[in-house]
Amino acid sequence: MMSAGVVIGPDELEQLVKALLARGYRALGPVVRDGAIILGEVEGTAELPKGWQDNQAPGSYSLNQTGSHNLFDWAVGPQSVKAEVFPPRSTIWTAKPPGYVVEEVPDEAAPVAVIGARPCDLAGLDVLGRALVNGSAADPTFQRRSGGAFLVVAECTHPANTCFCVSMGTGPGASHGFDVRLTELPGAGTEDPRYLALAGTRQGRELLDGLPGRPAQPADEAERVNLLARAASRMGRSVDNAGLPELLARNLSNPRWDDVAERCLACGNCTAVCPTCFCANFEDTTDLQGTVRRQRTWASCSDLAHSYVHGGPVRSSIKSRYRQWATHKFSWWWDQFGTSGCIGCGRCITWCPAGIDITEEIAALRASDGAASTTKGAGER
Amino acid sequence: MITPTHKPRLAVFKFASCDGCQLSLLNLEDELLALTSAVEISYFLEMTRAEGEGPYDISLVEGSVTTPHDADRVKAVRAASKILVTIGACATAGGIQGLRNYAASGDYVSAVYAHPSYIETLETSTPISDHVTVDYELTGCPIDRYQLLEVLTAYLAGRSPRIPTYSVCQECKAKGNVCVLVAGKTPCLGPVTRAGCGALCPSVGRGCFGCFGPAATANTSSLAARLAANGAKPGELVRLFRTFTAGAPEFARESLRQEAIGS
Repeated sequence: MMSAGVVIGPDELEQLVKALLARGYRALGPVVRDGAIILGEVEGTAELPKGWQDNQAPGSYSLNQTGSHNLFDWAVGPQSVKAEVFPPRSTIWTAKPPGYVVEEVPDEAAPVAVIGARPCDLAGLDVLGRALVNGSAADPTFQRRSGGAFLVVAECTHPANTCFCVSMGTGPGASHGFDVRLTELPGAGTEDPRYLALAGTRQGRELLDGLPGRPAQPADEAERVNLLARAASRMGRSVDNAGLPELLARNLSNPRWDDVAERCLACGNCTAVCPTCFCANFEDTTDLQGTVRRQRTWASCSDLAHSYVHGGPVRSSIKSRYRQWATHKFSWWWDQFGTSGCIGCGRCITWCPAGIDITEEIAALRASDGAASTTKGAGER
Repeated sequence: MITPTHKPRLAVFKFASCDGCQLSLLNLEDELLALTSAVEISYFLEMTRAEGEGPYDISLVEGSVTTPHDADRVKAVRAASKILVTIGACATAGGIQGLRNYAASGDYVSAVYAHPSYIETLETSTPISDHVTVDYELTGCPIDRYQLLEVLTAYLAGRSPRIPTYSVCQECKAKGNVCVLVAGKTPCLGPVTRAGCGALCPSVGRGCFGCFGPAATANTSSLAARLAANGAKPGELVRLFRTFTAGAPEFARESLRQEAIGS
């Protein structure tokens, strides 16, 4: 599917968005709202965050305006594509009295085009899909929405202090999983940037073929490689993945879990912002007319009720819940899905109100490999 | 659906409170007619002067206990009720009048009333559950009317109500809000406060002030440390944890801890 790239300017990027809208897609793109860059519906490129840069640290996020004309000088904000393809709340079926025949509620949302997804977002969709496409947790809404999505990825040239995609092998560049790949080649000062654009699918190719642009030259590709190398060297964080699943599995009694449990709020922000956390509740409700509704809602292993089985919760302590999240993400995920559950986007670090840094926790566990908790009940619930 | 042999009889009782929680029953405008055909509203002075006698199948109790008279009356309400559901911050945590628990109420009485000797009041404002057995609690100042509807429809269907105990953050993130604490450094109790309001305050750019009371396993000391690192002074933290649910044990403990740090 890969073909030679083209170089386009801001006007052609605008045409690209308009062309997607004309094809019936809802376009989602990065927009500045309430002090952050989030995914919002866009009508063109005017809403994109021109000149905005983000400053991220554990438990901290802010924006500043540089005056540049670049649209993609930022790293991912709190939202990922997850909320679009796996909505926080969906009604699955209803049944009405007197017959109580179950009627499925079809998902009718228009297909979405994501403008400026990042390479880590593509990796997130891939990892999420391993849980939701096949098997017992297969989710029709996810299948329909992710399968029908048009993904315009913007390679990452401005990683945040909380990013570690390089160590997770998910960025800052993208080699597959997109319809169109953009690399923003920045303009100096307030010059307009250019975009090195490449199609990854037939649909992407058709779209790019309809735009004026000059064929990419080796110098353009060289600039891209340079930008990505510079981005890779500016990762704020890293995770040493060597033997990590086994390391975590043998450190369930490590006293570091007690330490992090002192700080963990069990609020569930990490799981909500994580592009790969897929846990959901299925709950039935009734209304005054007797209609039954089954709803799927996001769930979190941070929630005490999440591990409730007959008689009580299996993981009653915050320690056991944080440990469940971290060990699932970096250890058991391999057993279940043949991959790490982490894509290195750093959202759980930035958006943790307590500023807990998973990379720091993993490093601390590695440094104290084999240490045993002296507190009562190492396998504590 | 289980069809009861008679319409369940509903009663609404008020103790020390502002009436806002029972008003949320009347605010169920779209559902009110269906509700009144499903239950018999037997005693609800805010709606009707008719005073149906007990026993009641389900009683909603608003307000806290602040007088010796109410301490006795709540026992009579309990005796007349098959199921007793307390509604709101006053009934479940003592309410904002629970601030008296941190002071000498006699001083207030002398300062406010011309003839303090006419006032017969307790030293504390306490939740209903301190006095009688409570079957179910709905928190919030005021409660969320749809949570109330959920409890009533669950009762009518003979199922458990779906009332979460997780944090406000989960509702806030599900709505796609930008975190006011992380992005705005706004003091927010969302991470330690029980969901149910639909993240009302953070949705309009304000910090959560905890009116739904503590979430399950609320780690208040970690949040307080974070808010302090963001610049909140101990006095501010005392006030933050000591508002509408000042008497909830987790928030009470944290406010006392912050008071000790500040003194």
